[in-house]
Amino acid sequence: MGQPSASPAIAALRERIARLEGGPARNRATLPFGVASIDKVLPGGGLALGALHEVAGGRNGAIDGAAAALFAAGIAARAKGKVLWCVTRQDLFAPALAQAGLLPGRVVYVEAGDEASVLACFEEGLRHGGLGAVVAELARLSMTASRRLQLAAEASGAIGIAIRRWRRQTEATDFGQPTAAVTRWRVTALPSRPLPVPGIGRARWQLELIRVRAGESADFGVEACDDKGRLALFSDLADRSPATHNGPVRAIG
Amino acid sequence: MGQSAPSAETPVIMLGRQGNRRLVLAADAAARAAGLRVGIPASKAHVLVPNLQSFDLDAAADAASLDRMALWSLRYAPIVAADPPDGLIIDTTGADHLHGGEEAMLEGLVSRMAASGIEARAAVADTWGAAHACARFLARPTFVAPVGEAPAIMRGLPIGALRLPRDIVEGLLTLGFERVGEIEAAPRASLTLRFGAELGRRLDQAMGRRSEPFEPIRSPELIEVRRAFGEPIGAADTIARYTGKLVAALCEALAAKGLGARRLDLLFHRVDNRIEAIRAGTAVPVRDVKRLTRLLSDRIETVDPGFGIEVMTLAATLVEPFASRQIISSLVEEPEPDITDLIDTLANRIGEQRLYRFSPVESDVPERSARRIAATAPDDGTSWPGEWPRPPRLLTHPEPIETMALLPDHPPVWFSWRGIRRRVARADGPERVFGEWWQRDAELIAVRDYFQVEDEAGDRFWIYRAGDGEDPETGSHKWFLHGVFA
Repeated sequence: MGQPSASPAIAALRERIARLEGGPARNRATLPFGVASIDKVLPGGGLALGALHEVAGGRNGAIDGAAAALFAAGIAARAKGKVLWCVTRQDLFAPALAQAGLLPGRVVYVEAGDEASVLACFEEGLRHGGLGAVVAELARLSMTASRRLQLAAEASGAIGIAIRRWRRQTEATDFGQPTAAVTRWRVTALPSRPLPVPGIGRARWQLELIRVRAGESADFGVEACDDKGRLALFSDLADRSPATHNGPVRAIG
Repeated sequence: MGQSAPSAETPVIMLGRQGNRRLVLAADAAARAAGLRVGIPASKAHVLVPNLQSFDLDAAADAASLDRMALWSLRYAPIVAADPPDGLIIDTTGADHLHGGEEAMLEGLVSRMAASGIEARAAVADTWGAAHACARFLARPTFVAPVGEAPAIMRGLPIGALRLPRDIVEGLLTLGFERVGEIEAAPRASLTLRFGAELGRRLDQAMGRRSEPFEPIRSPELIEVRRAFGEPIGAADTIARYTGKLVAALCEALAAKGLGARRLDLLFHRVDNRIEAIRAGTAVPVRDVKRLTRLLSDRIETVDPGFGIEVMTLAATLVEPFASRQIISSLVEEPEPDITDLIDTLANRIGEQRLYRFSPVESDVPERSARRIAATAPDDGTSWPGEWPRPPRLLTHPEPIETMALLPDHPPVWFSWRGIRRRVARADGPERVFGEWWQRDAELIAVRDYFQVEDEAGDRFWIYRAGDGEDPETGSHKWFLHGVFA
């Protein structure tokens, strides 16, 4: 689990809950971010493989999904195997994904035309088992649909990433609705790293872990994916409140 | 005819015997321009046009070559038949999405035929009769009748469009009928009394009120298995079970010949003489019973069994040698998981063109730098040069923005896109992209200057100015937004 539990009673309880949640065949492998403070708050020390994860952009990103796409590409780049990327209509620029470490030879794109087909292709990809990661761009994700996706991912061990992307800013409130996803992230662009000369430095994101099953939510200020898909924490944390980088506030439960 | 073929300017006619007269049975464009038409006597034609070339019509050879074309058209849909003397009929139900939609399918069909020297016209409509009429009277060279519009379109066509014998058409013209709609509006009884039941039958078939089954063409060397049922079947479960049995039988037949299937057609002959079909394609030759059954079972829900299915036929319409392959047996190297079966499943569901990978192209123009390749194409490991920033989202059409910028090489101070004005806090650039003169003459001196700009909140955009900022020849000097960074 995330942080060492205060008492063995709580640890035993957590173990029981985990047993209730998944069968014996449950895949417990994880994909670490390689950033200690992020991996620390995630159960198992990383992003669970064989699970569904949700990512959305903040502000403008809710509509263009640019940061969310790069974040997903970074995760997919670090996962093993081929990647299936399902979209309704294609507006991804593959060279940018290659710069985040996701080489063109690994990604198969599916331009499904409508949301229902995207969901069907997403599930089919998760169920297959030969893929490392499956990414889908969706506006709506119901509890039932996400539960199906989660079960499909559990059976195959592939990592499923739903990029939530809406047509209008007002529809983004849909992100508050519950789904069966294991984690839920929001990526918002921050001003880039200041440079001593005019120009734009490495992009920075405000990475919010809004929800994580059997864990606590947290905020991170990170530098965007490098050419291997790795994130990094800010080196200067002057403008952040101390609570965010000392790990999450301990809560009951 | 090869070398002995007459040139396109020479009028050509085909002659045939009808009773004891020799008549013109077909005339090419040059001959029609010279005033000849089908049905005039051969001797008269030779008198009218001096340098006329004439050939004897060989009906049997014509029919044979039409059959060959029908077999070739099986690439488009599983149910195809020759429609003598000069047509092909293709039931495209459930097959058009595999060719990128109806329009794209017709365009492809006509241009492929044009490439082999056949001038063809093609139309899609709700019924055979309507499609037959639209292809001959409306297609320029293709025509797609919207679903349900066929009766309305038919009403406006001349009565020649109804596939009636010549004497009935002439009789109707004598009576003053010109359009199909006029016949439909006239009392049916008196017309039937005068011209027979044929008129009403053809009218109903064109309007979709009467079914018109046809026997699909089959090539003798096709690997095909068939199952007839004593009692018609209709339940989806039953169909799925027999599909599995047919696939197993087909795979045995394929194994005996050392072949794998690239395309399968499953035909359902219904008790009312209609034929429903499922087509499934694969990216590589396959002989795996489970995988092929899955591909076909995926589509069973699209089949309407009507009052029941009497016969099911499964044919491998495209086969390839099934090569044995060496697999990695090393202890350290993990075999790459095979995803061709997933690609097949998805391709059959949404169409092959919508499943692809991107491959780098050596071009600095962003929209030309990636090209779509087949999802199963071999991975050559190449990527794009990574030194310049590229946005994860690229707009299909760059959108014009309002800006204020210093010329020649400064980024804008602010810009306004989709009604929101943003102050540029930081910027990087320009990255100059030159036009590719080998693509178009107009690009000889065209220039785009790309900038990456960041507003105060941290949103980053990719904008460019058309032109180098000095010479108006190089571009309009307007600004555009081309992509969104993260």
